[in-house]
Amino acid sequence: MMDVQLAERQAELEVLRYNPEIAGEPKFERYSVPCKTEWCVLDALNYLKDNVDPTLTYRWSCHMQVCGSCGMMINGEPKLACKAMLRDYPGVIRIEPLAHFPVERDLVAVADDFIAKLKRVKPYLIPSDKRSLEEGEYRQTPAQLKRYRQFAMCINCMLCYAACPEYGLHPKFIGPAAISLAHRYNRDSRDGGRDERQEELATNEGVWECTFVGACSEVCPKHVDPAAALQQVKVASTVDWYLEHFMSWVKK
Amino acid sequence: METIQTDVAIIGAGGAGLRAAIALAEEAPNLKIALISKVYPMRSHTCAAEGGAAGVIKSDDSFEQHFHDTVGGGDWLSDQDAVEYFIHEAPKELTQLEHWGCPWNREADGSVAVRPFGGMKIKRTWFAADKSGFHILHTLFQTSLQFPQIIRYDEYFATDLIVDEGCCRGVTAIEMRSGQMRHFSAKAVIIAGGGAGRMFRFNTNGAIKTGDGMAMAYRAGAALKDMEFVQYHPTGLPNTGTLLTEACRGEGGVLLNKDNYRFLQDYGMGPETPLGKPVLKTMELGPRDRVSQSMWHEFQKGRGVKTPWGDCVWLDMRHLGEKKINERLPFVRDISISYLGIDPVKEMVPIRPVVHYMMGGIHTDTKAATSIPGLFAAGECACVSINGANRLGSNSLVEILVFGRRAGLSAAAYATGAKPGNTAALAAKADEAQARVRELFMRSNGTESVAGLRKEMTDTMEEGAGIYRTQEGMARTSDKISELRRRYRNVVLTDKTNVYNTDLFNTLELGNLLDCAEAVAVSGRERKESRGAHQRLDFTARDDVNYLKHSMAYYNGLEPPRIDYLDVVITKSQPGVRDYSGAKK
Ligand SMILES: Cc1cc2nc3c(=O)[nH]c(=O)nc-3n(C[C@H](O)[C@H](O)[C@H](O)COP(=O)(O)OP(=O)(O)OC[C@H]3O[C@@H](n4cnc5c(N)ncnc54)[C@H](O)[C@@H]3O)c2cc1C
Ligand code: SF4
Ligand code: FES
Repeated sequence: MMDVQLAERQAELEVLRYNPEIAGEPKFERYSVPCKTEWCVLDALNYLKDNVDPTLTYRWSCHMQVCGSCGMMINGEPKLACKAMLRDYPGVIRIEPLAHFPVERDLVAVADDFIAKLKRVKPYLIPSDKRSLEEGEYRQTPAQLKRYRQFAMCINCMLCYAACPEYGLHPKFIGPAAISLAHRYNRDSRDGGRDERQEELATNEGVWECTFVGACSEVCPKHVDPAAALQQVKVASTVDWYLEHFMSWVKK
Repeated sequence: METIQTDVAIIGAGGAGLRAAIALAEEAPNLKIALISKVYPMRSHTCAAEGGAAGVIKSDDSFEQHFHDTVGGGDWLSDQDAVEYFIHEAPKELTQLEHWGCPWNREADGSVAVRPFGGMKIKRTWFAADKSGFHILHTLFQTSLQFPQIIRYDEYFATDLIVDEGCCRGVTAIEMRSGQMRHFSAKAVIIAGGGAGRMFRFNTNGAIKTGDGMAMAYRAGAALKDMEFVQYHPTGLPNTGTLLTEACRGEGGVLLNKDNYRFLQDYGMGPETPLGKPVLKTMELGPRDRVSQSMWHEFQKGRGVKTPWGDCVWLDMRHLGEKKINERLPFVRDISISYLGIDPVKEMVPIRPVVHYMMGGIHTDTKAATSIPGLFAAGECACVSINGANRLGSNSLVEILVFGRRAGLSAAAYATGAKPGNTAALAAKADEAQARVRELFMRSNGTESVAGLRKEMTDTMEEGAGIYRTQEGMARTSDKISELRRRYRNVVLTDKTNVYNTDLFNTLELGNLLDCAEAVAVSGRERKESRGAHQRLDFTARDDVNYLKHSMAYYNGLEPPRIDYLDVVITKSQPGVRDYSGAKK
């Protein structure tokens, strides 16, 4: 026999509603939802959609913190709705679309900018030494894997963009997740594409835009630590600069 | 309606759809590819796969062994020519993924590491911690970004195939952000729309797994094959249904009943193996159908663990220790702490069987071609069939790669030779598809709600099409689904706006699920034997005389499907006894 009592709770939700086809500003709608205390915020939204208002609009799919669809602001912080447990929100729960992105409808943010940025950093292996399938796998030791694995954990949920004050001010900034992804490939022992990626990263829209607030790493649900990636890319870019300018001078 | 001209349209950008797109782009760089998906590619449910992907690579393994594990695991309903092709392609595909950057776990010498998996006699499952599907999906997505000819249509909801003069020549899809219908006119179409587990209430599947691709092909005249074979995964969290990967047991986790007894030894999977030393293909590493069925029997005998969510058994991983759990099963730990408040390092986790995977799907041949010229299918929506009556864990992540690629190559060849269709006729068909959606959208006098019908559907499926089935139960469920399909015509939308109308998409998805559910229920009612995942209390034995055959369900309008049968391809393995006891090994 398992020793658990399922408690119920009437959760108070304030959800930002906006439909571009219906005149008016976005406004908060208040709902009182009968919830199990073990639920996450996504369960409460699903209850609302099925039982109260089928027009409520948000993205979700996996309900297991891995597809990256359900990012939203919950009490002012970017969160995955399927990871935000009601037990951690005793009071009124205020739900808004991810900050810094245009709103398509209700809690659905427009993701175009983010998707375009992912592509810009060439997030794919550019092999230093191309192999055929017959030659089998590249050798990569557990230590070499560890050098980049953390940066490969990004689920593209965009929470870090919603947390980043710099992105809020300068939407051209490539941003934490895309830079982490580039960094992931740069650190991969099989890769030789760093120079190609560097063209995108070492610009003012790239790493130099970042002022190291570190908010990205705080909100990241997958411990990718984009701030560390940014820092490492900056250091590497500085080294590049010296190599290019200083060393060429020394050689003269 | 705007028409988009392309050479090949792919419906679905999960593992199978992306692999098809890349194969096409490499094989025939001049072809234009439209990759259509109702979610951004990396949201596809392939990302949820945890355990890993099977392919022969180590020196102690052989193709022969993978073949026999797969065919026996499938209770001899797999087509053996398809299995043969599959096992030989598997290591190539997994190596290809490695070349594209997939972060597979490694041995100390830098070679790829493999782990044990249920029903596999030799360790051959490649893995990336417990995020294997996630890494496969992201590697494919990121790799696909190199090819300018792959034009993505993210957040487009496909509604109907366009079939004219017997050939498939395109698809209609709704651009979700505008609500506008688009007509994709194509020389060939690949369906890679994923599974349909959402027809059950308690499942491991994401919200998007609503059988849209299967239903589209079915309505267009392709057969749905072996739909009655629905896989239950033994280890789902009892409240949310979230999967705890089979790797929990592969790494040494054990299953206990309420008396802390390892009950699998009572069901032909014994003798008990020492704690922390799992033996391949026995006890906890038995195949999923057998393990889930044993749990059902324990519940019947009153030996389940009572929890607020119903009967469970314990999954005990404590002896693995914190280090190993963090290294090999970090996600499992996160998930059980999050949703159950239980840390597997310190406590046993209650789990119960949960609907996981559809062995059945759109009938294809080994070249991924359906019976409709110009239409190809791959991935979970298709049935080649390599999985037969019961899929072995870690075979389907490979299936999506092997047959995703195959579909890409076949579509490339077909599209290169295809003649243009009759433009006016195709446009008229697209208009018909639009009219169908518009009728639903405009309908004002309906009485049924999506949430209400969905609940009735999932209830009747749990009741009549669960782990154990009877004639009476399946007949009742078939009738109920048939009734629901009629009532579905009276669904009325609450949301009458255009932008990202999820009320509309959920309604279309429900229609698709109902079509697929009826194929499951009727095929199951007609299969009067027990085989693999289809277990009947009234016909308890396998019957090779009458049912060593694939069930083929054909769409029949509002009437239940017509069921036909197709012989299984047997090349070298005659049906035998599935033996998962450790006694003689
Ligand atoms: C929790 C879980 C764990 C698993 N673990 C393993 C494992 O360890 N090993 C293993 O081998 N297998 C595993 N499986 C099974 C395996 O992951 C799936 O069978 C496989 O990933 C399916 O891939 P797919 O490409 O066919 O479909 P999906 O990845 O589901 O993709 C379907 C695609 O179709 C699109 N689509 C669907 N309908 C429409 C429409 N109407 N319009 C437009 N687009 C549409 C979706 O947007 C999506 O892009 C697991 C499954 C689950 C659920
Ligand atoms: S870095 Fe973290 S927060 Fe940012 S998109 Fe990736 S997973 Fe989300
Ligand atoms: S629903 Fe997939 S991350 Fe929340």
